[in-house]
Amino acid sequence: MMEQAVREFSALAIENQQGLLYGVSPKPLKCGLGLEIGGGLVFPEVNFTLPPMNIEESTWAEVLAHYDQMAEQILRRAVSLAVPGIVLEFELLPPMTERPEWGAEITSLLKRRLTACHEKHHLACALRVTPTDMRDQLKPPLMRSGPGWECLLRSFELCAEAGADILSVESIGGKEVHDQALMYGDFEGIVFALGVLAPRDVSWLWGEIGQVCAEHPGVIPGGDSACGFANTAMQLAHQKMLPEVLAAVVRAMSAVRSLAAFEQCAVGPSKDCAYEGPVLKAITGYPISMEGKSASCAHFSPVGNISAAMCDLWSNESVQNVRLLAGNAPEVFTELLAYDCRLMNAAAASAGGALQMRDWMTSSDEWLSPQAAVLSPSATMKIATAIVSADTPYHRTIAAGRVAVEILKDGVAEHRLVLSRKEQQWFTRIDEALQNLPEDEETLLRNLEPQYGSLYAKASYGL
Amino acid sequence: MADLNELYDAILNGNAKKAHAVTEAALAAGAQPMDLITGSMVPAMDEVGRLFEEEEYFVPELLLAGRAMKSAMELLRPRMVASGEKLSAKVVIGTVKGDLHDIGKNIVGSMLEGSGFDVIDLGTDVSPDAFVAAVVERQPQFVCMSALLTVTMPSMKTTIDALEKAGLRTKVKVLIGGAPVTMQYAKEIGADGYSENASGAVGLVRTLMAEA
Repeated sequence: MMEQAVREFSALAIENQQGLLYGVSPKPLKCGLGLEIGGGLVFPEVNFTLPPMNIEESTWAEVLAHYDQMAEQILRRAVSLAVPGIVLEFELLPPMTERPEWGAEITSLLKRRLTACHEKHHLACALRVTPTDMRDQLKPPLMRSGPGWECLLRSFELCAEAGADILSVESIGGKEVHDQALMYGDFEGIVFALGVLAPRDVSWLWGEIGQVCAEHPGVIPGGDSACGFANTAMQLAHQKMLPEVLAAVVRAMSAVRSLAAFEQCAVGPSKDCAYEGPVLKAITGYPISMEGKSASCAHFSPVGNISAAMCDLWSNESVQNVRLLAGNAPEVFTELLAYDCRLMNAAAASAGGALQMRDWMTSSDEWLSPQAAVLSPSATMKIATAIVSADTPYHRTIAAGRVAVEILKDGVAEHRLVLSRKEQQWFTRIDEALQNLPEDEETLLRNLEPQYGSLYAKASYGL
Repeated sequence: MADLNELYDAILNGNAKKAHAVTEAALAAGAQPMDLITGSMVPAMDEVGRLFEEEEYFVPELLLAGRAMKSAMELLRPRMVASGEKLSAKVVIGTVKGDLHDIGKNIVGSMLEGSGFDVIDLGTDVSPDAFVAAVVERQPQFVCMSALLTVTMPSMKTTIDALEKAGLRTKVKVLIGGAPVTMQYAKEIGADGYSENASGAVGLVRTLMAEA
């Protein structure tokens, strides 16, 4: 059984492209200590992590000292630059989810820092906490039971108790099939993972996260990310290992599984690494976090500017606590984000400025890569419209794939997007695969059973 | 006489069914396994590697070729064992303790397998003890370790130390890779090699095999 959606999104919350702007969401979100996201300003979301070191009993004091130092320095820079608000994101490392008390201890430490800063400097702020989805420890993975799930659930509970304001996750249901399908360029398998397995898992998982939030007033269910799916494809394409065309189509299709979190309970801000965020914003009206050029501390990107065009939070993805000339890297990247946000907010303060700025950020990247081409406001509207026009997650995934192929093909036909011959050959492969997909997901499931049946546990998906 | 070009093309085009059928027919016609390997299969995989290096092939084409090679090898391996011919090296591969990222490791594993190596994949979050146990049990010539997180890189050193402590370090070559890993880090922790990409890893294993 597929989890019943609590909310149906069958129409767009933002109906017109001109209304799809950074800093503004139809459903702004009040959270944390006096912060309103999506209410007119873009705020930095700073994410930070440890330098190379072992995480174990003997180093735990050192681990805590790193997080304390990072929080202190980030907030010092935020106050110094008079940012109007800030979100800190704590992404738990695997040992901190495996031992949920550790993740909760750091959550508590960070919240103390934020509270002290808010009280002293009146800085509006919030803490997002993202436990590691480690349900794939077993093969095939157990999503709804077993030690991985128990640690994940306990992490959500303890971090909520310890002071998290926003809970998020980069969930991995369906990834066990998607990884293989992606590597072999098997489009049917990709659609099965993204359109059948992943939405089932996201729906179930966010039903659980919603319960945790309900039991902890003030804690908000943020959103999910297709990081393990679409970002994997994007990064591999960036390294010339996969076709960029395939990765861009995967991106568009991945929005459907991330939307399933909102259908259950999520209210944003969606995760920074969810580049499908603009589609989610157009459909749901909830604010989103994005990352691009100022996340180069973590990875390179073909969407450095365009990814900011519709964001509500602007993130650096992840930065290690290492020393640079100016100071430690988390503080340095706080400054980068702060100035990015200042410019966006300054532009938005003048009449028509936000739209102009959005369009500059869009046109700087839009046709230089397929990934950027499916991230523009116009592409976002087309993909979002295709998704809400279809009924089930399976049909929505196919619809998103079809429209993404059209966007890219039109770009090539109009000589705006330049693609190599071998990239363009993938249009034919994807088109054929899309045309040959069965009408119903049950048939697809049966067809793919011999190839993928051993990789996933049916019970993990309510099948 | 077997048509070696047919087998070569089948592997180059990633057609596993065809590669299997052609190999079966060639063996029935009296072809020797080593002749098929050296005459068609290895040259085909070399060409696949070249096309990948020159960005003519993506990973899917590479892996499909590897799958075709594997399907042919499944027919050859029992005959080679029976006749006492030397098989390719064994490789134990895994993502180190604390790290759940496996896609890079999977690509390397698939490419090694496609190149004829016997790959034993230990999965992700593999403890030093599990690597040691696999070396004891499976007696590989190579141990390949992957890490994506900077905070899990130290597990590579811990694993090398565990191999040393178990008296196994000289029995295997240890190769490492992953986004944050560098050649300098490989040297620092006493690994035998590092590659920044999957095809380089295959080349490294081959080079070290040739030097052995």
